[in-house]
Amino acid sequence: MTSRRWIIPLLALGLFATSCADQRIHAQAIYMLVDTSGTYAKELDKAQRVVSYLLGNLNPGDSMAVARVKSRSFSEKDIIAKVTLSKDPMQINNQKRAFAEKIGTFKADIVKGSAYTDITGGIIQAAEFLNETGAGNKTILIFSDMQEELDYKTVRDFPINLQGIRIIALNVTKLTTDNVDPRRYLGRLEWWEQRARNAGASDWRVVNDLEHLERIFKGRG
Amino acid sequence: MEILHALIIWPDKLLLSLLVLFFIAVPILYGARQAMHSLLQAVFRAVSNPLRLMSRWLFKTAEMLRERNKMVLLARGREEVSHSIIKEFERVTNLVDRDLHGYPALQRKLMDEITRIEEEFQKCGEVPPPPPEWTKAVAAISKIKPSGDGLVERILEDISNSIDDIYERVIAEYRESAKQRHNILKGFMPFWRSVDRTLKRVDKDLTGMQQSAAKIDEQVEKYKQIHAKSEKAEHSLASSTTILFVISVLAIMIAAGGAFVNFWLIERPMSAMVGGSEYIVGDIQASYLAAMVIIFFETLMGLFLMESLGYTHLFPLNNINNRMRRWLVWISFTILLILAGVEVALAVMRDLIISADVALKQELAGTEVMTGAVANAWALNIPKAAQMILGFTLPFALAFVAIPLEYLIHSGRTVFGALLVLGIRGLAFVLRFISNMVRQVGKGTEHLYDAVIFLPLIIERAVLNRGPQRPALPPGSSGGMAALSKHGEHVL
Repeated sequence: MTSRRWIIPLLALGLFATSCADQRIHAQAIYMLVDTSGTYAKELDKAQRVVSYLLGNLNPGDSMAVARVKSRSFSEKDIIAKVTLSKDPMQINNQKRAFAEKIGTFKADIVKGSAYTDITGGIIQAAEFLNETGAGNKTILIFSDMQEELDYKTVRDFPINLQGIRIIALNVTKLTTDNVDPRRYLGRLEWWEQRARNAGASDWRVVNDLEHLERIFKGRG
Repeated sequence: MEILHALIIWPDKLLLSLLVLFFIAVPILYGARQAMHSLLQAVFRAVSNPLRLMSRWLFKTAEMLRERNKMVLLARGREEVSHSIIKEFERVTNLVDRDLHGYPALQRKLMDEITRIEEEFQKCGEVPPPPPEWTKAVAAISKIKPSGDGLVERILEDISNSIDDIYERVIAEYRESAKQRHNILKGFMPFWRSVDRTLKRVDKDLTGMQQSAAKIDEQVEKYKQIHAKSEKAEHSLASSTTILFVISVLAIMIAAGGAFVNFWLIERPMSAMVGGSEYIVGDIQASYLAAMVIIFFETLMGLFLMESLGYTHLFPLNNINNRMRRWLVWISFTILLILAGVEVALAVMRDLIISADVALKQELAGTEVMTGAVANAWALNIPKAAQMILGFTLPFALAFVAIPLEYLIHSGRTVFGALLVLGIRGLAFVLRFISNMVRQVGKGTEHLYDAVIFLPLIIERAVLNRGPQRPALPPGSSGGMAALSKHGEHVL
């Protein structure tokens, strides 16, 4: 009995060592909002490419979710696929394959785009999901033209909390009206940046060149 | 600032105010001259003297450290030379034990062979056959005068024939004897060769001993110089230690490069074993630590292996006997072998993980997954084989890091000691320099003070020059005003 007393401090040391490092701090969580409203629904191929790229860059312990943006997006039902990768590299590949399959199925099922675009609702839902994961790096990717259109019943004009979350707008296409007056496009982006920063977002970035998706992770803290 | 403003008598005439103030201040400053000089000297000495003291202490410490370093260096050199002399003596002992131990037997053999050769040589000596008895009869017959007697002639003819027969027989016997002698001489050849070989061996052994003796002489001479603590020995030891240090550092850096490659070879599969996203402390992943532990363990086993084989002397293993030492060799070698095997397995696993990742990325990108049924399928196995070979050889290569590590530790003491002495001396010099600077600044400040009150000083000099004749100064003294002035006091 006495000879095994050395196990206790050893276990304590082990526990101390593991408690020193917060495992989740190093993990990253990505929530991608895919706009399926109107004509933007045609951009789903590109969205799938982005998802494939992201899946290829995820590490063990990372989380990812893809959700659609439709008329009202503040709902778990809009999450198309979500995953938290395991620690086993072999199992991770299977998880990634299953995720990619779900996205493929979703893309095939989309026939008609939604009437309205509730980006704010999607962002609030994304922030909830990301905060729940407890990951150290939290990113919301918004694959949309950033033109929010709400029906008269939907209320979204209130302050939101995006503390510690990076916001990246992807493939922000120019609308016909933007071509007439580019200030509309620039103003829209400026408005969203202001809104994100006011909500406490740690970073705001626009990546339109999908050939250089590595810019998504560039400058990540 | 407000005080300065308050001192100005006429605010609208600043220059005049300052001039008046100056003329008021000068007599006061002249009156306080001695006190001010003393104050300035005290202040600047308060700064410079401790600096000077500190500098002196540092120089002394550096000297003590240098002496200590010298002692350590000489002790180390003495130890090394003693070690090499002992080794050389051991070599000579082994040589004597091996070769000269059998020298009496060799000598006996040589003597035997020489005796035998002598005997055989004597045997083969040509012995003239004794003259036969009948030669006397022939001599008597030869004295018979020819008389034409037929009987006598017949007898003589018979005798002649008999002599011819005997002659031929004697010649045949002689030839037989010569042949035997030649055979004996032919039988000498192996003995000659054996003697030649033996003598050559003796010559070689003696030459080896001569060389060892020369080496011992050289080492003993070096030892004498070290014992005498000569400058030459110190410089020679310091120089060789520095070279050894640089070489050891280079070798360790190369080994570190090998360890780095080894680390990245096993890190990825280790992440599959201990969990890819597990962190121990801060940004250190568990897989990194696991891979490093394996590499450190390999290095440690290498250290033990080299130590137990007697190549290094980092640990006090003198107390253990040879049997235990052999055990230690086998245990450390077995563990090293097992670790090398583990690394081979990890290399295979790494290749599998990478292949799976590549396949997944290709699948996600929508491109066709490459199968093994390509024309040069064997070529795809080259990286895997290379990783396996590296995984197996690197642990053993790392084992040899023990040798430069030992030299680095030993030479590092001398090199860092010398650098420390250099640093302390440098610091002492800087302190001395600052101290001198402060002293000079102090003197300069005194001169500046005197420059401000130059007018009363000129008057003072003029009054003193007009005064009664001063008593004669002793020879060798610097006369004039300097004799009256105190130390550090400037007289205009």
